[in-house]
Amino acid sequence: MTTLNPLTKHLRPGSLPHFFCPGCGAAQVMNYFLQAADRVQLDFDKLVAIGGVGCTARIPVYLNCDALHGVHGRTLPWAMGAKLHKPDLKTVIFAGDGDAAAIGGNHLIHAARRNLDVVMIVVNNLNFGMTGGQAAPTTPRSLRTMTTPFGTVEAPFDICELAITAGATLVSRWNTARGRQGTDAIARALEHDGFSLIEFVAQCPTNFGRRALRTGDPWQGLKWIDDHSEIAEKPGGIDRSDRDARFVLGDFVQERKPVFAGSSVVDSPTESERGKT
Amino acid sequence: MMAYEKRRIRPGSHFMLGNCAVVEGALAAGCDFFAGYPITPANEISEHMAKRLPEVGGIFLQGEDELCSIYAVTGASLAGAKAMTATASAGFNYMQEGIGYAVASEIPCVIVDVQRCRGENYATQADVMQMRWGASGDHEIIVLAPASVQELFDFTVKAFNLAEQYRTPVVVMSETTIALMRENLVIPDAKDIPIVDRRKPAVSPDQFVPFKAEPNEAPPFPDLGAGYRVLHSLNPHDEQGGISWDPDVYEKLYRRITGKITQDNRAIAETEERFLDDAEIVLVAYGSESRPASEAVLMARSEGINAGLLRLMTVWPVAEEQLAAAAKRARTMLVVEMNIGKYAGEIERVCSGLCKVSRATKNRGAIHTAAEIYQSIREIEL
Repeated sequence: MTTLNPLTKHLRPGSLPHFFCPGCGAAQVMNYFLQAADRVQLDFDKLVAIGGVGCTARIPVYLNCDALHGVHGRTLPWAMGAKLHKPDLKTVIFAGDGDAAAIGGNHLIHAARRNLDVVMIVVNNLNFGMTGGQAAPTTPRSLRTMTTPFGTVEAPFDICELAITAGATLVSRWNTARGRQGTDAIARALEHDGFSLIEFVAQCPTNFGRRALRTGDPWQGLKWIDDHSEIAEKPGGIDRSDRDARFVLGDFVQERKPVFAGSSVVDSPTESERGKT
Repeated sequence: MMAYEKRRIRPGSHFMLGNCAVVEGALAAGCDFFAGYPITPANEISEHMAKRLPEVGGIFLQGEDELCSIYAVTGASLAGAKAMTATASAGFNYMQEGIGYAVASEIPCVIVDVQRCRGENYATQADVMQMRWGASGDHEIIVLAPASVQELFDFTVKAFNLAEQYRTPVVVMSETTIALMRENLVIPDAKDIPIVDRRKPAVSPDQFVPFKAEPNEAPPFPDLGAGYRVLHSLNPHDEQGGISWDPDVYEKLYRRITGKITQDNRAIAETEERFLDDAEIVLVAYGSESRPASEAVLMARSEGINAGLLRLMTVWPVAEEQLAAAAKRARTMLVVEMNIGKYAGEIERVCSGLCKVSRATKNRGAIHTAAEIYQSIREIEL
């Protein structure tokens, strides 16, 4: 007799099999989210899961809740409209590094600046996976991708640093070899009021693995990521030295600030209520 | 704060700027969410919204760009809001992506485009084709063309009602001419303003099939968070909302999405006729250009020329029935527009074989004068 994983109760009926490649990191992150959601007893009737375009963006398609999908980079404006009109919704975004930091990068910094009450889970697989392995703004230097046949020359974005600088109030980064810490971080984000960004550095065996790392083996890809990862010694610090191909992991920021309620608010909070800006 | 400022509807006679009339119309229609990005000549809409919306419990958002604005509007509408954005031509470019999503996912919303010349704020009607064809993929769109401050109010109300009825984005085609003009505006009492609300599911979530509808109908639309757990994807989706690559599903979906507008053309496409009974020369005009066109018809009549006017209050979908009926009786249709001559192609499409179609175009950043249009009528007569 087959025993179903108890978390399948949170999956949209009939949505399996999923479309992720064997060994995909995004599918692991979906698992972490379900574990965290189950732990905090998230009300799936009030959950709006949002994905743009890309592999990670498909996660909401499999969740048994209201979901928005299919436009590249606009997850945060969607969430902002829904959340401002109906504050009792729980808006959770699943974004790849393309959605989050390339086409949607402008929305990211402004949502963080506003402290929009949304959870943004970023699966950073270091390339454009769905489209076939092109370089992303997150691809480490000197790696070969489909659009950088002689090696990447651009400096990569540190998505967490970007979010912290812009004003995000909960920021963590883990990788898909650190599922326990990552799941804890998602659970904290689900209970946090304000802009939370949880980044996972994740393996993409099919495209980043085969092209940039010259191995399609998920385990090898994950090992490469973890070998280039370091856990921050203390919260709040991202070591800036030796940034190339090095992923600083940790729970960096968790603080309380008034959440965004629109650009024109009668009786808006005073400067002291807002805290330091 | 004075008590009347808090009122959603401010009945009575006003002397008001066109852009502000749009805001009052939106509020009267039930708008409770606005997002916009600064751009001239649409700024007074945002500025007036920023003051008026919080007073009535609505949300005002100044987006970081037009993309943010249009998607915040669709997000709010999904959550149950009556939502609107306003922009001007260059900003309208950016919004096409979001309009395409709203069409495909059937999300009611209102977009006001205060048309301006590229890079400058002079008068134009150059976006008339962008409004129709700007978004990628197959779609129909409803575009209303007001010609006065009063109509900016009236048509904005109508735009919300059509958006709710057909579950689709509706564009209010404004222009520098009327948006930045002050005119008399009469706002009726609330009871005299017809309001349409989207159809909500009549069954419980376990019975609900989110995209099941009659071939030319918009399905019921539950709010996010109401327990219906709907997937709203841009991708081709079946009646359950599931992403599907079955070509039959794709064909059926877009036949319904476009059909709900094309099949209801006669109910949506509104026109106004002047002297069409015996008109041999029928002027066709929309938006502010219908004002000098109307005057030119009177000038022609006083000179014994049997001219008339067919004014298109709805630019898209095309009022094909009314146009064909007028063309059957006319010798010439004269299309008056403030661009290089764009909508005239539609008139030629509908009226070719029925009568001759001529063009009176002006693309100089200014509205036609009645004398200029009268001159075009004279040239046809000769």
